[in-house]
Amino acid sequence: MSNDSKIIRVAGTALSVKGNDIDTDRIIPARYLKEATFARMGEYPFFDERFDAAGKPKPHPFNDPKYQGAAILLVNKNFGCGSSREHAPQALYRFGIHAIVGESFAAIFAGNCVMLGMSAVTVGEREIEALMRLAESQPKTIFALDLAAKTLTYGEGKSLSIAIPESSRKALTEGSWDSTAMLHANLGKVKTVAVRLPYMTGFKG
Amino acid sequence: MAKGRTLYDKIWDSHTVEVLSTGQTQLFVGLHLIHEITTAPAFDMLRERGFDVAFPERTFATVDHIVPTDVRTRPFLDSQAEELTQMLEKNVGEFGIDFFGLESDKQGIVHVIGPQLGLTQPGMTLACGDSHTSTHGAFGALAFGIGTSQVRDVLATQTLAMDRLKVRRININGSLAQGVYAKDVILNIIRRLGVSGGKGFAYEYGGTVIDKMNMEERMTVCNMSIEGGALVGYVNPDATTFQFLQGREYAPKGADFERAVGYWKSVASDGDAAFDDVVNMNGAEIEPTVTWGINPGQAVGVSEKLPRPEEFADPDGAKKAYEHMGWKPGAPILGTPINVAFVGSCTNSRLSDLRAAAQIAQGRKVHSGIRALVVPGSAEVKALAEKEGLDKIFLAAGFEWRAAGCSMCLAMNPDKLQGREVCASSSNRNFIGRQGSPGGRTLLMSPAMVAAAALNGKVVDVREYLR
Repeated sequence: MSNDSKIIRVAGTALSVKGNDIDTDRIIPARYLKEATFARMGEYPFFDERFDAAGKPKPHPFNDPKYQGAAILLVNKNFGCGSSREHAPQALYRFGIHAIVGESFAAIFAGNCVMLGMSAVTVGEREIEALMRLAESQPKTIFALDLAAKTLTYGEGKSLSIAIPESSRKALTEGSWDSTAMLHANLGKVKTVAVRLPYMTGFKG
Repeated sequence: MAKGRTLYDKIWDSHTVEVLSTGQTQLFVGLHLIHEITTAPAFDMLRERGFDVAFPERTFATVDHIVPTDVRTRPFLDSQAEELTQMLEKNVGEFGIDFFGLESDKQGIVHVIGPQLGLTQPGMTLACGDSHTSTHGAFGALAFGIGTSQVRDVLATQTLAMDRLKVRRININGSLAQGVYAKDVILNIIRRLGVSGGKGFAYEYGGTVIDKMNMEERMTVCNMSIEGGALVGYVNPDATTFQFLQGREYAPKGADFERAVGYWKSVASDGDAAFDDVVNMNGAEIEPTVTWGINPGQAVGVSEKLPRPEEFADPDGAKKAYEHMGWKPGAPILGTPINVAFVGSCTNSRLSDLRAAAQIAQGRKVHSGIRALVVPGSAEVKALAEKEGLDKIFLAAGFEWRAAGCSMCLAMNPDKLQGREVCASSSNRNFIGRQGSPGGRTLLMSPAMVAAAALNGKVVDVREYLR
């Protein structure tokens, strides 16, 4: 893997979307999954919460000019539950979000984030509340996620430790998050495993 | 002392190709199912990188999410639906993948046709770009939903980079009362353990209630594992499983079938298997169950009153649900008015589901002003239902009888809620906006409960029809 695929540090301003169990239908309504590519997904995150039926913007952090350009999204528990649609992290990433800091993430969503090279890291409940308050009261605050040190630094030299599954951290920092080439390198071994599985040969004696 | 192994351990180990530098396992995927929605960019990436499909004979395709369930003439009125369908048709042609298209008698919801064709078998790993892939765990397979980039990995290598899960055994003991269905069982599991309670776990379902279930009921339970946060849910294969598979198109035949049964038996969890957690529930305590909120864990028994937000660990989440739904805490769920009734989805669109709904609808009429749809899960389910006259029962009662697809479960097709409509639905998600209207409201329940709600224009207790 080339060095430019290694993701060690993500820094930028932050915005918060509050609430537990925010599902992927809310992150991106299913009608946008009818597009044949991910190219325009960045226009759609939280669409139905950001715009009314006539297309008029509603108050929402993703519409608020004070958070424009934010690279870090702050969320609560079980963010991204529901559907396996990769369109959800794609929409956030293409909007400009390159790391998500939350209390917890749903399994498929977290896996999809890694596959795009997007970090989804966790901190405690009190810590996320404090981070959300800071991002709201001082929206120009720069937050810097360091996956090597497993820290999030912000404000005047403040820092806290973050958690991320070690395999996700390694995939991001080693640059192997785009896993196809790594898996493909073992294709010979894959074929060996396949022939040992009785159903692959129709249980012929 | 050495402990026995779970089905999860056995299948994981036999499908392990390599431990990767990240610490993840490269896991072989025995069966890959694809549909029109989550695959187009995966094929594009494959072409861009010059990869071929490694095992084209292990991928099967159909169309389900986007297809209309009424007028199916091509080109579809929805040009995006037409484009995605054409792209899938082109991709499967180019890469030599078997495809059950709109005209095929094998077309249907991907999680209905896999089992129906005998493609889904015990002891396999199975992946599909759809979170309800956990359905196939009913056969004693490790089946999980994946994203589009992972679909790319499966196409290119027939493997995935995966983290091993822990296993939680969930015993449903005792027996179910009349009018209580598999849907009520899984809604109660999620209510008890929470919508994120299964994070990091595979759910192994067992106990006398699960043992007695037929395969379609087990599929309903496993289907909604992901709604409880568990990527994988499964039932150990047994005589019910083997009997279901015998004679199916892609199941082994004759002496091969006998050898297969030997393998299938061997993958079941050992009697002394060690679990990371065990949960016991009493089936007799389960009532017909209805969701009142905006996630599948927000559910009550039909005789209960709606809970106060303070009763939850997350009162704000409950308040958000009340804000969207417009109900008041303390009100009964019984009598909640509905506008639409939907029997369908990968959770509850199989023959036994349609029979249960038809039993309630027979000789009765859908309440005036209620739009009621029955959408079979596959072309075969539709044909079998018509053979036994279920279509006539539904049509006489005033239900619409549609062709197979995902329909109003996620409203990527013309079947949608309008405005603030309330839908009694046999589907799996009551998320805000899920059924196609940002203001729409979904009450999840069993197919029989949906039929009873359709007849009354409100939530009723289906047991009144069964006494």
